[in-house]
Amino acid sequence: MFTGAAAALLVALALAILRAIKGPTVFDRALAGNTVGSLAILLLAVVGFLTGRPEFLDIALTYGLLNLIGTLAVLKFFRHGDLAYDPEEGRER
Amino acid sequence: MEAIINMALLTLLGVVTLAIVVQRSLLSVVILTSIYSFLMASVMIVLDAVDVAMTEASVGAAVSTVLLLGALYLTKSREETPRRSRALPLLLSLAVGAMLVWGTLVLPPFGTADTPIHQHVAPRYINDVMGEVGIPNIVTAILADYRGFDTLGETTVIFVAGIGVLLLLGGLRRQDPEEGTPEDPS
Repeated sequence: MFTGAAAALLVALALAILRAIKGPTVFDRALAGNTVGSLAILLLAVVGFLTGRPEFLDIALTYGLLNLIGTLAVLKFFRHGDLAYDPEEGRER
Repeated sequence: MEAIINMALLTLLGVVTLAIVVQRSLLSVVILTSIYSFLMASVMIVLDAVDVAMTEASVGAAVSTVLLLGALYLTKSREETPRRSRALPLLLSLAVGAMLVWGTLVLPPFGTADTPIHQHVAPRYINDVMGEVGIPNIVTAILADYRGFDTLGETTVIFVAGIGVLLLLGGLRRQDPEEGTPEDPS
């Protein structure tokens, strides 16, 4: 069962990467990047069970946090053109 | 099964690397490098190097994405096509790569237990770690205790590098485009 899940995840990973490479707009690429991060988390969990060491699940949680940071940074840069944008000042520092 | 997962991940890594080289929009390149890091971290996990995978994911996917975006603010958003011919760099990197592959041919087979590196200090670590340090994870014990000063030095280097990057980015950012200084990044 875990073997099948791993195979399906690899196929999904390939499709997401295809979208990241082709993807006409930056949003397609950002979404594909986030999807790759999520699939990496799932793959980590499945590989943990495949090799009989489900302790890897804790690391999967940390990956979730890291995935969020990267995507947020890309989107904030795309929205404001600058990472140091402060919404209270209303303009770039 | 693990070998098949590794082959699939490495193939995808190659595809992403080619895409990074071909891609001219730098924001897309940043996203692709973050994808590369997540794939690399997955390879590390399949290879059972969980600590390296953790470092790769946090540094490669999170911190360097933010740093690259910070650098992207100071440059143009498209990479220009180089004017000179790219044949010589390609040949040079192919030659270096071929030499490295040639060098791996004389290495002992992967996972062999009786290689020289496993004869000298490894048995001592395996036998004495529990008595001397008391941490069940031998890799952590070696990194944090036996090589404690080494790790302290590495941490200092990374700290200094971080300060350098922050000074570079912060120092350039103060020249606001509205003030019209000569060093105007746009």
